[in-house]
Amino acid sequence: MTIAARIRALIGDDGLAEPDAVGTPRAVPASDAECALILRTAHAQRWRVRIEGCGSWMPPDAPAHLVLSTRRLTGIVDLNPADMVVTVRAGTKWDELRTLLANEGTWVPLDPPGAGRSVGSVVACATAGPLRTGFGTIRDQLLGQTLLTADGRVVQTGGRVVKNAAGYDITKLAAGSFGAFGLITSVHLRLRAVPRADLTLVARGDRDELLNGARAVLESGFIPAALEVISPRAGQADHWVLAVRVVGSDVAVAAERDAITAASGLTLERYGATRAAGFWQETLAGITAAPTTLRLGTLTSSLDDALDTIAHYLDGNCEDWISVNVLAGVVRWSGSADAGQLRLIRGIAAQREMPVTLERAPWPVRSELGHFGAYRDSVGRIVHSLWKAFDPQGTFSVPLGDQS
Amino acid sequence: MIPSQALDALAAAVGPEWLKTDQAELATFASDGLPTHVSRPGAAVIPGCRDEVLRVLRILHHFQIPFVARGAGTGLSGGALARSDSVLVVLTRLTRILEIDATNRRAVVEPGVVNARLSTAAEPFGLHYAPDPSSQSACTIGGNVAENAGGPHCLKYGVTSNHVLALEVALPNGELVQLGSSGGESWGPDLVGLFVGSEGTFGLATAITVRLTPIPKAVRTLLADFAALRAAAEAVTSIIAEGFVPAALEIMDANCIAIVEASVYAAGYPTDAGAVLLIELDGMDEGAVASEANEVEALLASGGARNVLVASDPERRERLWQGRKKAFGALGRIGSDLVVQDAVVPRSRLPDVLEQIGAIGKRHRLSICNVFHAGDGNLHPNISFDGSQPGLSDRVQRASAEIMHTCIAAGGTITGEHGVGSDKLRYMPLVFTADTLGMMRRIRRVFDPHELANPGKVLPAHSCREP
Repeated sequence: MTIAARIRALIGDDGLAEPDAVGTPRAVPASDAECALILRTAHAQRWRVRIEGCGSWMPPDAPAHLVLSTRRLTGIVDLNPADMVVTVRAGTKWDELRTLLANEGTWVPLDPPGAGRSVGSVVACATAGPLRTGFGTIRDQLLGQTLLTADGRVVQTGGRVVKNAAGYDITKLAAGSFGAFGLITSVHLRLRAVPRADLTLVARGDRDELLNGARAVLESGFIPAALEVISPRAGQADHWVLAVRVVGSDVAVAAERDAITAASGLTLERYGATRAAGFWQETLAGITAAPTTLRLGTLTSSLDDALDTIAHYLDGNCEDWISVNVLAGVVRWSGSADAGQLRLIRGIAAQREMPVTLERAPWPVRSELGHFGAYRDSVGRIVHSLWKAFDPQGTFSVPLGDQS
Repeated sequence: MIPSQALDALAAAVGPEWLKTDQAELATFASDGLPTHVSRPGAAVIPGCRDEVLRVLRILHHFQIPFVARGAGTGLSGGALARSDSVLVVLTRLTRILEIDATNRRAVVEPGVVNARLSTAAEPFGLHYAPDPSSQSACTIGGNVAENAGGPHCLKYGVTSNHVLALEVALPNGELVQLGSSGGESWGPDLVGLFVGSEGTFGLATAITVRLTPIPKAVRTLLADFAALRAAAEAVTSIIAEGFVPAALEIMDANCIAIVEASVYAAGYPTDAGAVLLIELDGMDEGAVASEANEVEALLASGGARNVLVASDPERRERLWQGRKKAFGALGRIGSDLVVQDAVVPRSRLPDVLEQIGAIGKRHRLSICNVFHAGDGNLHPNISFDGSQPGLSDRVQRASAEIMHTCIAAGGTITGEHGVGSDKLRYMPLVFTADTLGMMRRIRRVFDPHELANPGKVLPAHSCREP
């Protein structure tokens, strides 16, 4: 029996969709139970499985016997605005979730780069955007999840409560592990009320001048919702851009605007709501124009060094998509590079205690390099052992990284 | 129970004066902040530096002796108790603040640093360490990491796991590893997030890098009193729904008010109130915080508050907080034993769950005091009692179990900030499937293959299903 026929027999005709570009059969389960059935079978048959969301972030090119798409695992399972918690299935598009929540006067303060992404992709890849400054990453919004391990066991952690100290935090382990620890089928997310005022301020100029301006903003004590220094390519501008986003009550936003403007020492242009929304959307969507994206972490005070390193090894002409989260000390770069270049920069960055995560890349690059690597001490061995605890046969086609 | 060869080696590793084997001395380590759980360790060793910690763990690993890490012993889950076949590794001599990096808003501390001391040290830089457990003047950062501790101000600022950037960890085999990175960016999967709250079952944190947060320049504390507990709980939901994110939203019920007001910690709370709601609003701008306080005050009035006191100066604010902060101390004075629960429920279920808890108390003829983090839905129903009274302990245990089942039935969980320890072990199968518990056990064995670190805590072994 072919794999496609096997899937049809397991979960019916509706559970099988068109194959991928190279003819790999694609299963489209509609429930956790169907996912578990498929994974148990895959595990027993030693199939390799590629998890797929909307196909708009990670290239759908990992070799596999079977594609497991979350496209039918959609919709809000539970939303009670009084609790400020939403439970949503992983195949739901992030933009659709945002719209549904806005209708209830709520939002998840997270603006993941890319466009047309699924909730599962955002969580599995832990791609926080500029709002990380004010609200943290996905780990700070994620209250729990349902995770299916490679052999189809259902692991449920966290819940619909905003505080939870029961058991080990598998939720955080799985978020940002690129699906290596299992298939996320639904998540509980913390919500906030949509802020009454939302303001974006923009300055243009020299990179170092803007970085210094951003640091001066932080010294004022205010923590804006976003404080991002953006390359000309990313900001669709002739110069580097400092973009500041402030949210809150009208009085608080006005006070913060004045304090930030004074502290930065820069001329900050105030964007209207439409222009601001367009600016952020275009900036974040532009990240996937290039094939490879990496994230480099450092200290706020070492950002110049990190940017110089990227310029030296990856972006000699300063033409790539770069966005710098000044408070978090994170540089995100998107461009073209081969595995050798990326390995080199990961090694050099590691010597400076700067971890480099390969967020997306074509399969030949990410399979050679892994999403993570250049670990210190024996952390690589721990990660590898954890990975094997969840997926002993390597069922999921995810190049998490080697043990080095 | 501990082999003499091992004791000799431990004495040599830390110096004989820092190895405790005398039963009278060990009695001081027989319980933590939860007096209902008692267990005397076989020995207690008190290393003075990281290298001594590593030496101790290697000796214990060599002899395959179980061990339990302990900070100040203020935990509320019986998590830092060791059996007679185990060694307690006490970390209260590792008290150095290794670095305060004001530019990058971070600090590196040893595990024995007392929580409040870090904020005091950061204050000259205009910074503080935000997680503030009620025991912050005594509890240690290492203990906070182990339990993923919270506190009143975690509603706005988050719990411990939101503030730990990196960890240096001594594994149970005495190996040292660095988790995370100094700026907080994950280095691989989120092992820092996994370690925080693992209750000492993965190893010991020997250095902790934490985020420091700017001290707010403007603060308003509001005390609203309500005729009924339900009305206070409903006011919490309406404040959050209106988009306010107070730094703290705390409730004390009538029983708790009565106990506090009858104690030396009396704060002037109205003793005829059904509940008081303590609200703190903060920010960097005086005008903005004052404006928010006015709006919240109006919201409270429309929600049925009988009176609202507003304080902005530190002395008056401190006075309003005093009763809340000292509530556990006041409770400890009325009975020799205390059961402290820590369940969390969805915020909207608070009014109903509180009524059910009241009914459980009446049914079992027990006085239950509620003092809790209402904004987080994190309940602390406390039962103070005299365990020497025949039958009373059993009644308390039955009532506690009913409260826990009520919270779980409301969509809640068993602990929000105190951890599972040994106290809540029996409830774990109520909130996790056997497969989930089995996966947790496999994770534990990655760090600790022989399960030497804090054995018998967090995971009920008989409920873990593994392939």
